[in-house]
Amino acid sequence: MARLIATTPCAGLLPLAIGSVTVTEVDAGPVTLIAPYDGAQKATSDALKAAVGVGFPAPNRTLGQTQGKRPRIVWCGMGQAVLMGADCPDLPQAAVVDQSDAWAIVRIDGADAAAVLARLTPIDLRDSQFKRGHTARTLVAHMTVSVTRVGAQTYEVMAMRSMAGTLVHDLEQAAKNVAARAALA
Amino acid sequence: MRLPCPICGERDRREFYYQGDAVALDRPARDAGGAAWDDYLHNRDNPAGETRDLWHHAAGCGAWIVVTRDTVTHAVSGAKLVGAKR
Repeated sequence: MARLIATTPCAGLLPLAIGSVTVTEVDAGPVTLIAPYDGAQKATSDALKAAVGVGFPAPNRTLGQTQGKRPRIVWCGMGQAVLMGADCPDLPQAAVVDQSDAWAIVRIDGADAAAVLARLTPIDLRDSQFKRGHTARTLVAHMTVSVTRVGAQTYEVMAMRSMAGTLVHDLEQAAKNVAARAALA
Repeated sequence: MRLPCPICGERDRREFYYQGDAVALDRPARDAGGAAWDDYLHNRDNPAGETRDLWHHAAGCGAWIVVTRDTVTHAVSGAKLVGAKR
């Protein structure tokens, strides 16, 4: 019988180091989509807080630690959030889907990280508008993604796993262009 | 063009999909008669001034919103969630 070997979505594509920017893959551990039923957001939040220590986030926000495989939860659409880094508890008042293998998650880090992302996404990435812990469902190039700010110079982008190659290609091209322009200055 | 999503705030038009006049939300009763259904399905005003359009925040939060916009000045004066309207 064939021996099956699990690979991460960006295996063979990352890491990259271009100019002042590094792009690395994030292994977030278990990833679970949670969508509370109508009127059950508070109950779901309380159950989550009791079980894993993070509640259900407000729109465009995240909760929990951003480093390592500790529980965190990222808002990802109307009435939806993804729990990462922890097994999802029983949530009878919410629709729950295991998406552990569904997302390619990459971290863009460095002085020019915002400049690289700004070439690809239409959201306002300025410090005053997009702070640490803020998240957005938006576009990177032509892909629908989730963009989260996890540090002063660090952003995370989640795209569908099937788009991992395209995501890395777009980020690599943008990083090269930013680095080339910096070299001219 | 930027649209004020009630959930996400002001976002680029690229994130949205246009679905036409918000009259689509005002579905007539089953027995409203041919004229009312003809209006609902086929007839649209073409106002020089304020218009209400349906947009889907397709590449964002997924909300359907009604955007109020002026076709003369192109000013967008507001948006609300379709669910909140009902």
